[in-house]
Amino acid sequence: MDMSLYPHAVAMSADEFMTWSDAIINDLLSTGTKKTVDKLTGPIWAWGMKNSMHPLHWGLACCALEMAAASAPRYDAERYGMIYRSSPRQTDILLVNGWISKKIRPDLRRLYEMIPNPKWVVAMGECAISGGPWYDSYNCVQGLDQIVPVDVYIPGCPARPDAMIDGFMLLQKKIENYFERGNFMED
Amino acid sequence: MAEVYQSPSIDEATSALTSQFPDVKIVSTAERRIKMTCPREISHDVCQFIHDNLTFEHCSVVTGVDYVDHMTVVYLLSNYYNGLMIDMDVDVPVDDLHIASVSDIWGGANWHERETWELFGIVFDNHPRLERLLTPKNYEFFPFRKSYKMRSQE
Repeated sequence: MDMSLYPHAVAMSADEFMTWSDAIINDLLSTGTKKTVDKLTGPIWAWGMKNSMHPLHWGLACCALEMAAASAPRYDAERYGMIYRSSPRQTDILLVNGWISKKIRPDLRRLYEMIPNPKWVVAMGECAISGGPWYDSYNCVQGLDQIVPVDVYIPGCPARPDAMIDGFMLLQKKIENYFERGNFMED
Repeated sequence: MAEVYQSPSIDEATSALTSQFPDVKIVSTAERRIKMTCPREISHDVCQFIHDNLTFEHCSVVTGVDYVDHMTVVYLLSNYYNGLMIDMDVDVPVDDLHIASVSDIWGGANWHERETWELFGIVFDNHPRLERLLTPKNYEFFPFRKSYKMRSQE
């Protein structure tokens, strides 16, 4: 059944409603409750999640200045719903912008575990991607993906604010695809 | 008791130092700079004299250099009144990496000495808290030594 018909449930004739509800019942019988609920609620979750991306307000290094510039009036990332929250319990994106020293590695992993599911991880800047200028350093983790799974890489040294916003718009597509796959109930 | 200068000139500072400590060697001088060396045994006394009598109230840097056959602790001390800066080198033998801490003279030297210890392994005696500062506590190597190799250098 076409997903675009679902929102019409608020304004449809009696015949249309019967067709629509029949289709839902057929969905339920053929694919099961779980998938039908996913199909029904997925677009709503995706709409809500991708328009209110709340990254963790965790400025590690110099890319945090670009993060600050991105939320300032010139770039104004808040129009995409990016509001930085200070507690990992209130966020759904871990934005790592800077070198990860060996000393902060356990805390980073812990912050990642504290973020409620579903969650996404963005590696911003060369240091978080691969170690960057600190390649082969004695005190730097060689890339964020050695600790946590990464969804979006934003290259740059540092990444420009518009590159960062572009990365988050890619992440919006990823969030949408995630809910379209319908694995929300599995989490 | 030697004379106390608040704002010593280069000549006053060098003559006061060499008359008080004959073992101190003035290597060179430049505008607002004195480069000197001093033996390890009297380094704390020399620092106390520089602080008390020459009024060098600021310890900019304490760091180390690994020359493989010996190590050197470098102190950069400065005077607030005329901007004079003393570059004091103290040689430390590799088999006995101990030197007196100056964190009781300049409180700011505390973290510099901790960092020098964690990076070079130079032990500062009588330091109040000689622990690793920036590297994890379980490190057992000293990364700024020449003998430490990166993975790509092995």
